[in-house]
Amino acid sequence: MDIFIQQIINGLTAGAVYAVVALGYTMVYGIIQLINFAHGEVVMIGAMVAFTVIALLAGTGVPPVLVLLIAAACAIPVCMLLGYAMERIAYRPLRGAPRLAPLITAIGLSIILQHFALMIWSRNPLAFPQIVKTESYFIGGAIITNVQITIIVLCVLMMAGLATLVYRTRLGTAMRATAQNPHVAGLMGVDVNRIIAATFVIGAALAAVAGIMVASYYGIAQYTMGEILGLKAFCAAVLGGIGNIPGAMLGGVVLGLVEALGAGYIGELTDLCGISGISDWLAERCAADPHFILFGSNYQDVFAFIVLILVLVFRPQGLLGERVGDRA
Amino acid sequence: MTGGLTGRLGTKPAAWAGLALVALVLAALPFFLAAQFGTTWVRISNLAILFILLALGLNIVVGFAGLLDLGYIAFYAVGAYAYALLASPHFGIHLPFWVILPIGAAVAAIFGILLGAPTLKLRGDYLAIVTLGFGEIIRIFLNNLSRPVNITNGPQGIARIDPFRIGGFDFSTSERLFGLPFSGPIKYYYLLLIVLVVVIVVNLRLQNSRIGRAWEAVREDEIAARAMGIDTTRIKLLAFAMGASFGGVAGGMFAAIQGFISPESFKLVESIMVLAMVVLGGMGNIWGVILGAVLLSFVPEMLRFGVDPAQQALFGRTLIEPEVIRMLIFGFALVLIMILRPGGLWPSAVRRRELAARNGEGGR
Repeated sequence: MDIFIQQIINGLTAGAVYAVVALGYTMVYGIIQLINFAHGEVVMIGAMVAFTVIALLAGTGVPPVLVLLIAAACAIPVCMLLGYAMERIAYRPLRGAPRLAPLITAIGLSIILQHFALMIWSRNPLAFPQIVKTESYFIGGAIITNVQITIIVLCVLMMAGLATLVYRTRLGTAMRATAQNPHVAGLMGVDVNRIIAATFVIGAALAAVAGIMVASYYGIAQYTMGEILGLKAFCAAVLGGIGNIPGAMLGGVVLGLVEALGAGYIGELTDLCGISGISDWLAERCAADPHFILFGSNYQDVFAFIVLILVLVFRPQGLLGERVGDRA
Repeated sequence: MTGGLTGRLGTKPAAWAGLALVALVLAALPFFLAAQFGTTWVRISNLAILFILLALGLNIVVGFAGLLDLGYIAFYAVGAYAYALLASPHFGIHLPFWVILPIGAAVAAIFGILLGAPTLKLRGDYLAIVTLGFGEIIRIFLNNLSRPVNITNGPQGIARIDPFRIGGFDFSTSERLFGLPFSGPIKYYYLLLIVLVVVIVVNLRLQNSRIGRAWEAVREDEIAARAMGIDTTRIKLLAFAMGASFGGVAGGMFAAIQGFISPESFKLVESIMVLAMVVLGGMGNIWGVILGAVLLSFVPEMLRFGVDPAQQALFGRTLIEPEVIRMLIFGFALVLIMILRPGGLWPSAVRRRELAARNGEGGR
C-alpha cells in the first residue's frame, strides 16, 4: 500500500508537469493544427536560463525563494520571446502551405535550439542547484517533499489561470473563435495573426515554468532534456484529445499516473516466480534466484506509448476530444 | 502510355543518353571517391544509398498513400535485428543472406500490418503519434530484451555480424577484380546500387499501377475513394506492409555492411531524418525523394569535413565545436528550404498544381 501511495504521489507530480507542457502543444494545435515539435526545446531553454540565473545568484545571500522567483522572471520572458520568434519566423510564412512543411521547419527549429543550447551550456548534464532545502512529509507511509507539493500546486494554479484566460476573457474568446474558423474570426474583427502569436507566447510561458519545475525536481538540466519530455507531453495532449484544453490536463495526469504505477508494479506482475508451479524448469530457476522478472521498471517509457495506442484504438478522438472531420 | 520508365524514355533518345551518362558517373563514383578522398566517402555513399532506400520506402506510406508515419525507422530496426540474430555468433546461427533478407522483409511487413491494422481508422496527426510511439516501443524493447533471456544483447548491441557471401565471394574483403582494387565498401556500393535500381523501377511501376492510383485516390479523398469501390483498409495496409518491407531489406543490408548494430542507430531522430528527406525532396515524387535523401546524407558529412578548416582559416583556431556548427547549419537549412519551397525541392506534378492553384486564389 505504501508503494501504491508513493507511486500516486510521484505520478501526480510528473503528470502535472506533463499537463502544463501538453497545454502548449494542444493550444497551438487547436488554433492552427500544427504539431509544434520544438515546444519541448522551449521547456529546455527555460530550465537552462533559470540554471544560469540561479548559479549566478546562489551564495550571494539572496533568499532562496527570491532567487527562484528571479530565475522564473528571467526564464519566462526569454521563452515568451522565443515562442513569438518561432511563430513569426518559421510558422507564419508557412500558413496555408502543405501540412507537412511546418512539421519540417519545427524539426529544424528543434535542432537549432538544441545545438544552440549545447554551445552555451555544454553537452554535459548540469547539476541544477538545490537552493531550497528539501523537506519530506509522511502520508500513510509514503513520502511527499515540499518540492513535489509546490510543483503540484503551481501546476493546478497555472491550469486554472489558463482556463480562466481561455474561457472568461476577450483574448480567450478570440482564441476560441480563431480555432473554430480563422476566416470568420477575422471577419468578426479578430486580429488572427496577433491571436496566434499570443497562443504561442502563452504556451511558451507555461513551458518555461515547467522547465524550471522539472529541472529542480530531478536536479538535472541538459540540452537534450526537452526531447523525451516534449514527446511525453505530446502523448498526453493526444491522449486527452489534441486541441482540447481540459483534455491536455487530464491526459497529462493520466499519463503520469500510469507511468508511475506501471514502473512500480510491472516487475512484480511479470515475475514468473509467482507461477513457478507450472513447470519444473521454472521452479528450479526460481529456487536459485527468487526473481525471474520478464519486464522490469526499465520499461517505464513504454507505458506512455502503450496506453496511448490502446486509448486511441478504442477512442480515436482521444479521451475528451471531439470527432475529427473526415478530411484531416 | 505503356507506363513506367522505359515506356516514356523509349521515345526520347536524349533521355536515354542522359541515363547512360548518369549510370557511367555512378559506376565510376566509388573509385573516384576512394582515390580522391579516401574510403570513408565510399562508406558515406553506401549509407546514403541505404537512406535513399529508406526514404523511398517511407515515400510509399507518406507520399503515395498520405499516411504520416513518424516511426518508420522501427522497420529498419526489425530488418537489421532479423539479419543480426540469424547471421552472427550471438545465437551461433549463420544463415546466408539471400535466405535472411526475404525473412527480414517479411517480418518487417508483418510488423507493418500489426501497426497498421488497429490504427488505420485514426486520422492525420493521431496516426502520426501512434506510429511515433510504435517506433519508440520497438527501440525500448531492443534496448531491454537482454534480460532475463538475452535476445537482443541490450544497449551493447550485436557485433561480428556476417557480411554478405555468395559462394566464395565475400563482400567485406578487398581483392583485385578485372585489374581494379575492389575494397569491401566498393563491393557493397555496387550491390547497393543494383538494389537501388531495382527499388526505383519497382516504385515507378507501382506509382502508375492500379495500386498506386488507389493510394493516390485514398490520399486525396478517402470517402470518394471508398465510393469508387476501393477497399481503403486493404489498400492502406498494403502501403504500410510494402513500406515496411523496403525498410526491412535496407535494415538487413545495414547490419551486414556495418557488422555491428545497436539500438542507438534506431532512435526517433532517424525516423525524423528520413521523413525530412521525403518532405524536403518533394513528397510523392520519386526523383524528389532521392534528391532529398542524397542532400541530407551528404551535406552534413561535407560540413563535417569542411567546417573546421573554414573556421581555422577565418579565426585561426576552433571557436565552436564543428559538430555544433554542422547541426546548426543543418537546422537553418531545413527551415529555410521549407519556407522558400513549401512543396519540397522537387514536388510531384499533382502537388505543383495544388500549390499553383492555392497561390492563384490570392492567398489568405
